[in-house]
Amino acid sequence: MTEKLVDIRNLTVRFKGARTVYAINDLSLSLKQGETLALLGESGSGKSVTLKTLLRLLPPRRSEIEGEIRVNGTDVQALSGKALQSYRGGEVSMVFQDPGLALDPVYTVGAQIAEAVMRHKGLRKEEAISTAFDMLQRVHIPSPERRLRNYPHELSGGMRQRVMIALALACRPRLLLADEPTTALDATVQIQILLLLRDLQREFGMGVIFVTHDIGVAVEVSERIAVMYAGRIVEEGTTHEIINDPRHPYTRGLLAANLHDIARGERLNAIPGAPPALEEPPSGCSFAPRCPMAGPVCRAGVPDFVNLGPRRRVACLRVDPVPAE
Amino acid sequence: MSATETVTLPGSLADKGGPAQALLIVKDLRKYFPVRGGIFGRRQAMVQAVDGVSFSVEKGETLGIVGESGCGKSTTARLLIGLTEKDAGEIIFDGQGLGGELSPRELRRGVQMVFQDSYASLNPRLTIEDSIAFGARVQGLDDPVGRAHRLMARVGLDPTRFAQRYPHELSGGQRQRINIARALAMSPRLVILDEAVSALDKSVEAQVLNLLVDLRGEFGLTYIFISHDLNVVRYISDRILVMYLGEVVEVGPVDAIWSAQAHPYTRSLFSAMPSMDPDNRTKTPPLSGDPPNPIDPPEGCRFHTRCRFADSVCKTRAPKLLEMPQTPGHLAACHLHDPASGHPKAGTEVMG
Ligand SMILES: Nc1ncnc2c1ncn2[C@@H]1O[C@H](COP(=O)(O)OP(=O)(O)OP(=O)(O)O)[C@@H](O)[C@H]1O
Ligand SMILES: Nc1ncnc2c1ncn2[C@@H]1O[C@H](COP(=O)(O)OP(=O)(O)OP(=O)(O)O)[C@@H](O)[C@H]1O
Ligand code: SF4
Ligand code: SF4
Ligand SMILES: [Mg+2]
Ligand SMILES: [Mg+2]
Repeated sequence: MTEKLVDIRNLTVRFKGARTVYAINDLSLSLKQGETLALLGESGSGKSVTLKTLLRLLPPRRSEIEGEIRVNGTDVQALSGKALQSYRGGEVSMVFQDPGLALDPVYTVGAQIAEAVMRHKGLRKEEAISTAFDMLQRVHIPSPERRLRNYPHELSGGMRQRVMIALALACRPRLLLADEPTTALDATVQIQILLLLRDLQREFGMGVIFVTHDIGVAVEVSERIAVMYAGRIVEEGTTHEIINDPRHPYTRGLLAANLHDIARGERLNAIPGAPPALEEPPSGCSFAPRCPMAGPVCRAGVPDFVNLGPRRRVACLRVDPVPAE
Repeated sequence: MSATETVTLPGSLADKGGPAQALLIVKDLRKYFPVRGGIFGRRQAMVQAVDGVSFSVEKGETLGIVGESGCGKSTTARLLIGLTEKDAGEIIFDGQGLGGELSPRELRRGVQMVFQDSYASLNPRLTIEDSIAFGARVQGLDDPVGRAHRLMARVGLDPTRFAQRYPHELSGGQRQRINIARALAMSPRLVILDEAVSALDKSVEAQVLNLLVDLRGEFGLTYIFISHDLNVVRYISDRILVMYLGEVVEVGPVDAIWSAQAHPYTRSLFSAMPSMDPDNRTKTPPLSGDPPNPIDPPEGCRFHTRCRFADSVCKTRAPKLLEMPQTPGHLAACHLHDPASGHPKAGTEVMG
């Protein structure tokens, strides 16, 4: 067993088409066994693409991938055939941002979960169905025995999302990739699911990459946070460090754009400007057009990481060497 | 590009009832879904998804709807646009009853919806530009492509980059914004937004909420805003409606509910908001017990199986939606607030 569960080095992902999209640009990221990392970042910054790359889900013809991706020591790019199948859904599973895509409309949700455990864990049908039942119960779906026989369209949005979580956890993966898994859940159910994930993570030592835009959720679930902008990590640290002492101007803007205690009628605080077009590789700091601290030096080259401590890094040329007050 | 010059919503249905007429009145709306019942799937059972829901929305007002997952919010929304057929109840749009003076077709011109599942309303084979322009084209509105581009820009998506892409070539949050643009392109008077900003980071969410507020001011739009994010609901709504298991349990002005939740369910919902402090994470869920089965909902008050204040009367008699004496327009369905209910703690300040 290697110490690093996930080790991504210099990942670059481009989508080819009428126009090229430089979705991921030289991204490096690692996750230790049993760790939970929250991935925050602007809409379109490459969070879902990063997770899909880890599962080898990008359309092969339209995407160009460079860099090295290892999960538990295995070179993910080199997997194929049976090994790829058992990796996907067995060792690593994903909760997708859109339940509509992950669940098959023509099978009941019970059949889908049971089929996954039969395939990956070699369980017999009855055992698989009772595992499915157990999982639906754990994600707090009311009347689970009846819901096993529901088709996805017969469930509410939040129930579908919990079915996907149940499906992802049923095979006890070593790594869970969760893409905004609680956006369709009300606050009471959301907290129950976050507590469940924390429990399971402790119980099986599962590693989790949790994409969220809800900082409250990141605080509840993760011990580390990485912030993405325009296909790169721009800041990384413990949850405590990022929340209490954000250093990158983008992270600061993101944390300031919070709805807590904002009165109605007041303008909300959005970071002015728009993210870059991603139609060419970055030549300077991608945040420069929107950054209040930007200077000419910021446009001259892509900023390297400044290491502020062990596993604490910021990609900004003007990062304050001292904590903010 | 200033807002007023570039985007107008011409071709909206004309106002009929005048300013005093509520834009939407819903009376006793009901929808039961048949499900395969019993262990062997023989007994026909019914999911009571929406059971006797009544409310109204004034012109220019925003009504927020919140409630537990599965309580019937999306079903209510789908009933309002006629996408799901109601079993019973009345839907009155600007004074005209659906099925009477108002045809489903006309209703669909007046009401647009942004769906919870961002793929649901986008045709995977149409480019983004065509998807947004489609409705405007069908309605014979001027310059559908130009409208589509202007609306894309206003939801923060540069038309030169995104107009020719297909839905699967977008991120989740980009797709959600395209859905908002698509709904607005149809010149609706009422827009129902079902978890429409839930996939957006806080900064883009702020941008979209600012846009919705602007459009409301510019064109007198009316919104029904369904969301699990209570901070968002508070910011955008004038009034909040709280649902539990197919029923309305509380409704009132946003500030009144924010400062004093009258229904015990609303109280637990509000106290479940995530903590923002890494040193002080939530340890126990504020609402224990599973939501009851909507096929066979509890007798009396549907919340009694999980309510801290439940008394014997709660198990037998369903509480009525009554106005709080101190706050006009603030209604809750709980025996605690009805001195005549027979609940031993009725009229006292037990909820603190
Ligand atoms: N198949 C594709 N073809 C072309 N561009 C794509 C494709 N898939 C994603 N993109 C683009 O790549 C960028 C990154 O997308 P991704 O889905 O990773 O964003 P995200 O960070 O998950 O955003 P969100 O928070 O909105 O879900 C976006 O700009 C998106 O438009
Ligand atoms: N087509 C259908 N067939 C059978 N049951 C359905 C159907 N659509 C919805 N239901 C059921 O009706 C109830 C209400 O669902 P609805 O989607 O309205 O919930 P919701 O309040 O929107 O929840 P969420 O917050 O999770 O989206 C649920 O029990 C659901 O399973
Ligand atoms: S490198 Fe320059 S432009 Fe980029 S975030 Fe830092 S200060 Fe701003
Ligand atoms: S009526 Fe009774 S059970 Fe229902 S919310 Fe009020 S106190 Fe609780
Ligand atoms: Mg995404
Ligand atoms: Mg819903």
